[in-house]
Amino acid sequence: MDFITAQNLVFRYIDEDDQQENIANTRNVLDDVSFTVEKGEFVALLGHNGCGKSTVAKHLNAMLLPSGGKLYVDSIDTTDESEDFAIRRKVGLVLQNPDNQLVASVVEEDVAFGPENLGVEPKEIRRRVDSALRAVDMYDYRNQPPHKLSGGQKQRVAIAGIIAMEPDCIVLDEPTAMLDPKGREEVMSTIKRLNKERGITIVLITHYMDEAVDADRVIVMDEGKVLTSGTPQEVFSQVELLKRHRLDVPQVTELCYKLKARGVNIDTLSLHSDECIKKLLEVLL
Amino acid sequence: MRDIAFGQYYPSNSILHRLDPRSKILLLVAFIVLVFCTVNYVSLALVVFSVFAVVLLSKVPLRLYFKSLKMIVVIVLITSALNLFYGTGEPVFEWGIIKITLAGINNAIFIAVRILSLILISSTLTFTTSPNDLTDALERLMKPLSIFKVKVHEIAMMMTIALRFVPLLLEETDKIMAAQKARGADMESGSLVQRIKALIPVLIPLFVSAFRRAYELAVAMECRCYQGGEGRTRMKILKMKAKDYVSIFVVIILIVGVVLCNVYLPQTVR
Amino acid sequence: MSAIKVENLCCTYSPKTPFERHAVKNVSFEIKKGDFVGLIGHTGSGKSTLVQMLNGLIKPTSGDVYIDDVNLWENPKEIREFRFKVGLVFQYPEYQLFEETVYKDIAFGPSNMGLSEEEIRERVFRAAKFVGLDYKLLNKSPFDLSGGEKRRAAIAGVIAMDPQVLILDEPTAGLDPVGRNVLLSQISQYQKSRNNTVILVSHSMEDVARVTNKVMVMNKGELKMFDDTKKVFSNARELTQMGLRVPQITKVVESLRSRGVNLPDDILTVDRAVYEITELLKKEGKL
Repeated sequence: MDFITAQNLVFRYIDEDDQQENIANTRNVLDDVSFTVEKGEFVALLGHNGCGKSTVAKHLNAMLLPSGGKLYVDSIDTTDESEDFAIRRKVGLVLQNPDNQLVASVVEEDVAFGPENLGVEPKEIRRRVDSALRAVDMYDYRNQPPHKLSGGQKQRVAIAGIIAMEPDCIVLDEPTAMLDPKGREEVMSTIKRLNKERGITIVLITHYMDEAVDADRVIVMDEGKVLTSGTPQEVFSQVELLKRHRLDVPQVTELCYKLKARGVNIDTLSLHSDECIKKLLEVLL
Repeated sequence: MRDIAFGQYYPSNSILHRLDPRSKILLLVAFIVLVFCTVNYVSLALVVFSVFAVVLLSKVPLRLYFKSLKMIVVIVLITSALNLFYGTGEPVFEWGIIKITLAGINNAIFIAVRILSLILISSTLTFTTSPNDLTDALERLMKPLSIFKVKVHEIAMMMTIALRFVPLLLEETDKIMAAQKARGADMESGSLVQRIKALIPVLIPLFVSAFRRAYELAVAMECRCYQGGEGRTRMKILKMKAKDYVSIFVVIILIVGVVLCNVYLPQTVR
Repeated sequence: MSAIKVENLCCTYSPKTPFERHAVKNVSFEIKKGDFVGLIGHTGSGKSTLVQMLNGLIKPTSGDVYIDDVNLWENPKEIREFRFKVGLVFQYPEYQLFEETVYKDIAFGPSNMGLSEEEIRERVFRAAKFVGLDYKLLNKSPFDLSGGEKRRAAIAGVIAMDPQVLILDEPTAGLDPVGRNVLLSQISQYQKSRNNTVILVSHSMEDVARVTNKVMVMNKGELKMFDDTKKVFSNARELTQMGLRVPQITKVVESLRSRGVNLPDDILTVDRAVYEITELLKKEGKL
C-alpha cells in the first residue's frame, strides 16, 4: 500500500512584498512532481544541490505545503492544518547539520524531546528513549553532552530523537553531507538496519551515489522535476542521462559502462565492486 | 576561554548530586541569606564550617573549587581593602591619610569570608547539578509565577537552548578567528579602537551563523512536534525524597543556630 | 629547494594536565616547490593541527617549521607575514565571509598585506577568475550567493593573497558531484599555472587520487606515509588498518590482480583502468 502519494506537486516561494512584480519571475521550485512511497520501502531521492529535493523533504511532513497538486501521507491530505502534528508523528525528518537539530545538552534528554512534546507518559518516554538509543547503538552515551560526540554519533542521536516518536517513516535530508567517511558509514548502516529490522519506511535524500545503490528504489530529480525513477540498477544504467544532469555514478558502474562502450562483453552495469570484479574476471580470464 | 571552572557540572554520585535540584536551589537561597545574616565571629564560623562540610560532601575535587575561587580573588581583595580603609571609630593603625580601625578590619574579614562562602556554595550547586536539572528545577519552582502571566516554560526552554549552544558558539568563535587570522587579520596589536574594529570580521560571521543555527533549530523543533509548554510531559519526574527533607531540616537547624548566636552574642559587624 | 620543511614537529594540548593530548607527534617532512600533496587521515589524526602549524596559527610545542628555508618562529612578531606566504583555506570557508560585497571580502587578505588599491584590484579579479567566480557577482553581498558560489568566493579570498603554499582543508565537503569535480579541476589548474605548492586535506580518496602527485598519511598524530600517490595507494591493507580506504577503482584492480589478472598496480582512476583493461583484452585477442 502506498504510504506517501505525491500528485503533481507544485511549489514556489511567494515574495509577499511585491507579489505582482515577481510572480512572473518566480521559478517553480517543484514543478509537477509525482511519486509514491510504499510502506516499508527504502527510497533514495537523488539530485544535485538546488534541484528541489530538500523542498520535497519538507513537504513530506507538512513543514511546507504544496502551492499546487496534492500530497497524501497515510491517506491524510497535508494541507489539512489540523493534522500537522499527526503527520509529523508519522513522518520524522532528520536534517543535514546534526549540531543544529539537537535541543538538550544531555543525549537522553534530547531523545526525550519529541515524546515529551507529544504528551507521552513519563514511564513510556523512558522506555522509548532507551529503546531508540539502543536502536542507533548510542545507549552507552545517554548521559553525555552532544558537543562531546563525533558527527556520526550526533547524527545517530538525532535519528534516535525521531525514532522515539515512533514514526512509520523517516525522511533524512542529506544526513551524511557533513560527516567524515566513518560517520557516513555509521549513519548509513543505522538507516539500513532500521529499515530491515523495524520495517520503518525510509526516504533518503542524498547526492552520494554510493548511498543510493542499496535502496529499493531511486528517484532522480532535476530542476524541480522527476527525471527518472526505478531500481538502482535501472537508474544507474542511464550513465549519460545522470552525467548530463550534474550527477555521477559509482566508479565501478562507470568502469563497466566505459568498457561496454568500447565493445567489451558486459551485459549489465554493476553497482557493487564484488559484482563488478566477478564480471570482469569472466571477461578477462 | 574553555578553562572556566565556575558553573561547570562535575558528574559524580555524592549525596548532593542525588538531591532533588529544587531542594538544592532552595537551600542555596537559604544559605545566601544566612551568609549575610552573620553578625559575629561565632555565627560566621558556624556558616563557614557548614560550607566546608557541604564542599566535602559534594565529592568534587577541591582543585575545581580553587579554580572557581581564583577567578574571584581579585574582586574579594579589592572589596576587602575598600572596607578595611572605610571603617569608623578609633584607628589601630595610622599612616598619613591611611587609617585602619578595628571595625574596618572586622568588616574586611567578614566581607571576604562572605564572598568566598557564596562562591563556594554556589559552585557546589553548579558542580553537583547538571544544567538541565537546574533549568528543569527552576521551571518547576517558578511555575506559580505563571498566574502572573510569566512565560515560565518559554524562559526555561530558552535557558536549555542557551546551555546547548554556548559551547558550540565558543568553538565556532575560535574557528572564525583562526580563519580570519589566516587571511592576515591582526587581532593582537593596535589601539583599542583598532582592536574593536578587528573584531568585526569575527562578529558578523558569528551572528550570521547564530541566526542560521536558530532557524534550523526552529525547523527541527517543529519537526519534532514542539508546540510550547502546553500538553507537554517530562521524562524525568522530580520527587522529593527522605534525604531532601533531612537536608532541609539540617539547614533549618543551622538557621536557628545562627539566629541564636546573633541574638545572644554581641554584634561584631552591622 | 623545499617550499616547506618540518623537523620533529610536536604539538601537545593541555600539557601536564589529565587532559594532555598529543595531537602531532614528532613529524618531519620536506615538500618541494610545485608539489601537489594530498593529506589524508581519519578525523582526529592530527591533520588540522598540522596544517595550522604550517602557517603559524598554532605554535608547535617543539620542533621547527621552515618556509623557504626561513624558520617560522624565529621572530614571533613577524608571524603574520607567514600567513600570507602559506594560505590556509579552512573547512566550510564560506562561514568566514563578512564584508558588504564579495569584492571587499576577497580583498580582505590583500588589504591586510598593505598592498596598493590597484594591486588589490588586480589580485581580486585574478583570484575570482581562478575559482571560476563570475565578475558580476563581485558587487553582490556574499550572503546572497548560492552555497557553491560562497565556497568559491571564500577560497578566492585566500588565493588573492597569492601565497606560495596553498592549503585547503576539505574544500569539496558538501558539494554535489559536479561541483566537486569542477572545483577540483580549478584548484588543479591553479596549481599548474602558478607552479605553486598545494596541500589538499581530504577524506575523499577518489579526489586525492585524481589530482595529487604525493600523499601524506597521518594516523594518531604521526606521519605514517609520505610518498608518490600511486605508491601510497598500493598499500591498501595498511591504509585500511588506519581506518582509511583506497579509491573504489583501485580496490577492484587490486582484487583482479590478486586473482592473476595481469594489470599494473598503480591504477587510480576509472579512465586509466578502462585503458589498461582494453589494452589487455586487445593483447590477448579478446577484443
